[in-house]
Amino acid sequence: MATKVRDQSSQRPLKVALLGNPNCGKTTVFNALTGLRQKVGNYPGVTVERKEGVAYTQHGVQMKVIDLPGTYSLHPRSPDEQILVDFLLGRIEGETPPDVVVCLIDASNIERNLFFVTQVVELGFPTIVGLTMLDVAERRGVRVKSEVLEKKLGVKVVELDERDEKKVISLRVALSRPDLPRAKELVEYPELVEEAGRDLAPSFQRPGMSQDFAHAEARLALSADEERLDGLNLGPAKTRLKIWRQRLDREAPGWQSGIITARYAFIGAILQDVVQRFNPNRPSTTERLDKVLLHPVLGFGVFAFVMGVLFYSVFKLAVPFMDWIDGGVGWIAGKVAGLMPDGPLEGLLVDGVIAGIGGVVIFLPQILMLFFFISLLESSGYMARAAFILDRLMSKVGLHGRSFVPLLSSYACAVPGIMATRTIESPKDRLVTIMVAPFMSCTARLPVYLVLIAALLPDMEYRASLQAGLLFGLYFIGTAAALIFGLIFKRTLLKGVTPSMILELPSYRVPRWRSVALEMWDRSKVFLRRAGTIIFALSILLWFGMNYPQVEVVVGSENGEEIVEKVSSLENSFAGRVGQAVEPVFEPLGYDWKVNVGVLASFAAREIFVSTMAIIYKVEDEEDVDSVVDALRLQTRSDGSPLFTPLTCLSLMLFFVFALQCMSTVAVVKRETQSWTWALFQVAYMFAVAWLSAFFVYQGGLLLGFS
Amino acid sequence: MVSGKTTLSELNPGQGARILAYIGGHEMHLRLMEMGLIPNTEVRCVRIAPMGDPLEVEVRGYMLSLRRAEASTIEVELL
Repeated sequence: MATKVRDQSSQRPLKVALLGNPNCGKTTVFNALTGLRQKVGNYPGVTVERKEGVAYTQHGVQMKVIDLPGTYSLHPRSPDEQILVDFLLGRIEGETPPDVVVCLIDASNIERNLFFVTQVVELGFPTIVGLTMLDVAERRGVRVKSEVLEKKLGVKVVELDERDEKKVISLRVALSRPDLPRAKELVEYPELVEEAGRDLAPSFQRPGMSQDFAHAEARLALSADEERLDGLNLGPAKTRLKIWRQRLDREAPGWQSGIITARYAFIGAILQDVVQRFNPNRPSTTERLDKVLLHPVLGFGVFAFVMGVLFYSVFKLAVPFMDWIDGGVGWIAGKVAGLMPDGPLEGLLVDGVIAGIGGVVIFLPQILMLFFFISLLESSGYMARAAFILDRLMSKVGLHGRSFVPLLSSYACAVPGIMATRTIESPKDRLVTIMVAPFMSCTARLPVYLVLIAALLPDMEYRASLQAGLLFGLYFIGTAAALIFGLIFKRTLLKGVTPSMILELPSYRVPRWRSVALEMWDRSKVFLRRAGTIIFALSILLWFGMNYPQVEVVVGSENGEEIVEKVSSLENSFAGRVGQAVEPVFEPLGYDWKVNVGVLASFAAREIFVSTMAIIYKVEDEEDVDSVVDALRLQTRSDGSPLFTPLTCLSLMLFFVFALQCMSTVAVVKRETQSWTWALFQVAYMFAVAWLSAFFVYQGGLLLGFS
Repeated sequence: MVSGKTTLSELNPGQGARILAYIGGHEMHLRLMEMGLIPNTEVRCVRIAPMGDPLEVEVRGYMLSLRRAEASTIEVELL
């Protein structure tokens, strides 16, 4: 059966959907096709966001290629799969269904990959099946005869070696064909399921879509999760669908597993002809590596070592680069200050804009380091092993091994961490992970910690290890809070069964350095955009808030007339007034109104605290931690006693460990949970935790006679 | 052995078995079946994670990790 893919005269580019199981090499093929950048990950479900790129068929026809999330099935059981199905069925607003579907198969894992292919093929799109990792299969003693597979499936099959650019040409050639075969029904469904599908199809019929398509869609909806179904906008069809499901459950028990078994029976039957098996000559590299990496003792050693290297790099190796940026920002500020006349504009530019952005950009080396490692671990296949080793710990607090990656990423920044929770299937577990992820100390807290630690423990030789220990302690407290609150949420608000941990341990692969580099580049772009927009705007706003309204000061007199000059006064500024207004809230924690200004400003972004304190205390070189610390040490309360006592510093540190002070996080939580309630609840409960712990430490410390 | 019936969670590393049935209702059963663990399929326990959970099994030529809790709902027959 051959049908025209579409009218060749139309100007719209050919819309191509790229599908496949996780770890099937999809992203690499996508990169080869489009040249557009995207990361290659080995951790199942890493391709969360839908990516698209422009490519050309061998005959030069323009295509729009959409890289869809890697999934194991078309039956939607996770947000990823839901997006995929909605896309294929044209249920995403403003999105037409694809003209051609390219479904990839990892040849070394052909049975399970074919399961998904049989589902996709039956949707009836013009389909191309691409075989990847033929070399890996060959080493495992599996040879796939693509021409036989083509006959059995009834759709075009091409061989792709993603390392071989040339072979992607076979895909481009196939995409040039105007008459790609559409598939037929491959698997026989139970009669009652067929009847249900036929009966429901008219309700799924939409303009511009064929009857067969409506039939396929109805069958898919039949076996969708109850929870997912409720989210679908089906109208009256939903009731009829539910009635059919009840009837199927009653009259054909086990009908869902029956369909799955029928698919595997079909696959088993065709594989006898499609695959030629011979004995592999030696155990695979993956098996040998896992003997060490998943060894009961060595495995932990390796994991600890990997994490050690990661943290050492983020906190130590990044320092020289941060110093360069620091120097660069200082140099620019100096130049600008020198070029401009003194005045409000200079203040705005130097103290507001340059200092504000500089204070954020300085974290770029750390972000790059962290994503270098995360991307390396993901694309090599180690991330899934780390989840395997740690799952027991995560399950103790009711979380999933998969929550590990989002939580780990949150050490860099909660925003990508929260975005990474999309791979968690159960909505409740996903929500729990989102709710606790910001407890993990992110890089934005680091400068605050560093300044406060330095203020608490004067920098003497023997204190260096104490400082490091305190820093580690803060990270530890945050992590513990994340796990404890995870447990609390699982037991109370978001009760649910301990999630299952069904995780593929993919074969190890040599990371593709280009992809790692591109991943780092992508991450820094996101980060810098944030610095360039949110932080930029906030810096200006804060500068105004702290400098206006100005007060008139008599600076002298001339000819009996007083010379009045307008100068900024923090005490009278908007920010200062707010800081004084909230004194009742923060006084029990040991902060004065100036510190309040810094704390409140940092609710926009934590790192602003340091630059704000620098501005408040009129520090000359505010990028220099030492000079900020010196200024802090000089501050006194109204009675003349020092303000930044060890207790005040500890109280502030704890506040920063726990409080959710980051607008970007709030925005991303709102987006990911689709709910302002959860986003604001998170701000509120984390504030409560922060306030209470700071309160108990400060007041308790006072009671015990500390200062 | 007269009866080699047990559950997947009871396998020792290196032991192979054939899936017989799923016990009780579990929301993940369909997912596991979709991933190839259907009755009559041969599986092999590859290893147990250092802390005793989860397990790694080989099925249809690939490695899958699942928790004891899930594995204990899969009835198998030792090979």
